[in-house]
Amino acid sequence: MQYIPNILFIIALVAGVGYFIKNIRKVIRNIRLGKELDRSDNKKERFKNVAMIALGQSKMVRRPISGILHIVVYVGFLIINIEVLEIIIDGIFGTHRIFAFLGGAYDFLIGSFEILAFLVFVGVVLFWTRRNLIKLKRFWNPEMKGWPKNDGNIILYFEMVLMTLFLVMNASDLQLQELGADHYIKAGAYPISQFIAPLFDGMSETSLMFIERGAWWLHILGILVFLNYLYFSKHLHILLAFPNTYYGDLKPKGELDNLEAVTNEVKLMMDPTADPFAAPADDQAEGEPEKFGASDVTDLNWVQLLNSYTCTECGRCTSECPANQTGKKLSPRKIMMDTRDRLKEVGDNIDKNGSFVDDGKQLLNDYITPEELWACTSCNACVEACPVSISPLSIIIDMRRYLVMEESAAPSDLNNMMSNIENNGAPWPFNQMDRLNWSNE
Amino acid sequence: MSETVKVPTMAEYMAEGKKPEVLFWVGCAGSFDDRAKKITKAFVKLLHNANVDFAVLGTEESCTGDPAKRAGNEFLFQMQAVTNIEVMNAYEIKKVVTTCPHCFNTLKNEYPVLGGAYEVMHHTQFLKSLLDEGRLKVEGGKFKGKRITFHDPCYLGRANNEYEAPRDLLRKLEVELIEMKRCKRNGLCCGAGGAQMFKEPEPGNKDVNIERTEDALETKPDVIAAGCPFCNTMMTDGVKNKEKEESIQVLDVAELIATAQDL
Repeated sequence: MQYIPNILFIIALVAGVGYFIKNIRKVIRNIRLGKELDRSDNKKERFKNVAMIALGQSKMVRRPISGILHIVVYVGFLIINIEVLEIIIDGIFGTHRIFAFLGGAYDFLIGSFEILAFLVFVGVVLFWTRRNLIKLKRFWNPEMKGWPKNDGNIILYFEMVLMTLFLVMNASDLQLQELGADHYIKAGAYPISQFIAPLFDGMSETSLMFIERGAWWLHILGILVFLNYLYFSKHLHILLAFPNTYYGDLKPKGELDNLEAVTNEVKLMMDPTADPFAAPADDQAEGEPEKFGASDVTDLNWVQLLNSYTCTECGRCTSECPANQTGKKLSPRKIMMDTRDRLKEVGDNIDKNGSFVDDGKQLLNDYITPEELWACTSCNACVEACPVSISPLSIIIDMRRYLVMEESAAPSDLNNMMSNIENNGAPWPFNQMDRLNWSNE
Repeated sequence: MSETVKVPTMAEYMAEGKKPEVLFWVGCAGSFDDRAKKITKAFVKLLHNANVDFAVLGTEESCTGDPAKRAGNEFLFQMQAVTNIEVMNAYEIKKVVTTCPHCFNTLKNEYPVLGGAYEVMHHTQFLKSLLDEGRLKVEGGKFKGKRITFHDPCYLGRANNEYEAPRDLLRKLEVELIEMKRCKRNGLCCGAGGAQMFKEPEPGNKDVNIERTEDALETKPDVIAAGCPFCNTMMTDGVKNKEKEESIQVLDVAELIATAQDL
């Protein structure tokens, strides 16, 4: 009988971690639905970016208030998780505060966890206030209605509850330590929970143990639930920000990628010795002709798909976007959210049917409209603003490529511009032979 | 503006068996747009003034393909690129300078993979290098003490991380350089990039150039300095829209330097 808690704990732990791993494998499978892209170069620079941008939060602090609050919550969460290690060992072996033998160091650790927990709580309350009371504009854009809005708040509630449980657990533990209760050895420093402890003054040992055990269990179960919540939430960024900054684009922001499929076609067209009727080389003989640009998530590359899962919908991109600021429909954040939502839909389709079965939908039109795509000025403000190296612009350009090269569906003004370039080498209808006239006008 | 400026072409250089120090890539706006032609001329005057041995492609130049690429027409872009590269490689071009940040970005970043690798400079970078080498003198003249704000072109700034060359030149003019609240990497687009120059904007509640002009007007400038022919058009239109064209000029950095020296 005495091992029942241990067994229950192990079951909860295995179930919680197991389900999480199962879902993470889905995320990885879905990301791999994207096209290949080689980002194995410049490892040194890439690790530096992870250190600076993800670990060091260098782009977060460009907006000082949210940046510093974010660092508090991030550091707090990271460090308090050391405590989870103790909880797990205690849970499995039925021990209590297994690290207490560290003595002074343990006091220091628990003391710092408490202070951080308190700061996280304050930070999260301020975040909640910014979203719900101050109503910062970027949290109230059209794409933030419904689930995205609730998701943001649920995460904050989770964190408030987890931090409270941690402090309540310590407060009741402190009372029990002072009562000299069996099993509750004197250990740890409680700079914050000492102020919660008086709430439990005069309680019996049994009630205190009930509160302590209750808070302990809810805390660890809460963490396991939260871990599994990530998969269903924008909050995956706490994990994916690291690979995403690693695999981020290192080229100058102005450089758009070169479509090699087009290069091959162009070379063929420009080569006077090429035989247009030649049989394709063996390696190209099979399969469908290459599609230009992207109309669905599987036309995007895997880094773009990783980008979409990494996005935590902070909206800095959208708030910097000149099109969005002037009332156009384009929102770079929505581009990322739509890509992720469609990717999840495709993934669920595969889970259900074994392989993808046409559902009559695609990213273009069903999620992202041409009107949004054509409003982009390619100014890179969104790319510059993203704290975790996401590029909404690269998706916009790939979708424009599909519209133009597969559907000839550019706005008519742009078609005029392009036929001018084709015919006379300038976006306006001027003769190329007049190109030097300015010198003697 | 009926004054002829001497502009040698690559073909002429070739005929004489010579090679210039640098190719001046004029660009479509610089060749055909009435406002931008003035920038082209101002830059040519500065090149002559600094005794730079330069040439243009003239009728052999064609659109870099930037607006086609940004509009999604990769085919057209690459056709343009391959054609231009063929011409430039035939002339064995090593160094290119251009007054258009869009040409600059495309030539610098997107041509190498297609076989066209050159040292490419924006004209503000080139003028800065002339200044540093002591070949070009930049002095306050007419603009001494004037309030000037610089609008960062996206394709020079964020796209290629060049924020200081134009500012260094403006400071040399002994002007009062005032930054807009959104500047450098936070600079707001003028609204022309990504092929927007050639189309009507999507429905919204404001035009981007008006939003940006308001940023500029907040600094109470005498001159809004630009480094891009498209930004120049957008800001000029914005200033007209605000009925400030009597009191506020929109000028390219090259024009400012040339005018200051009465070239």
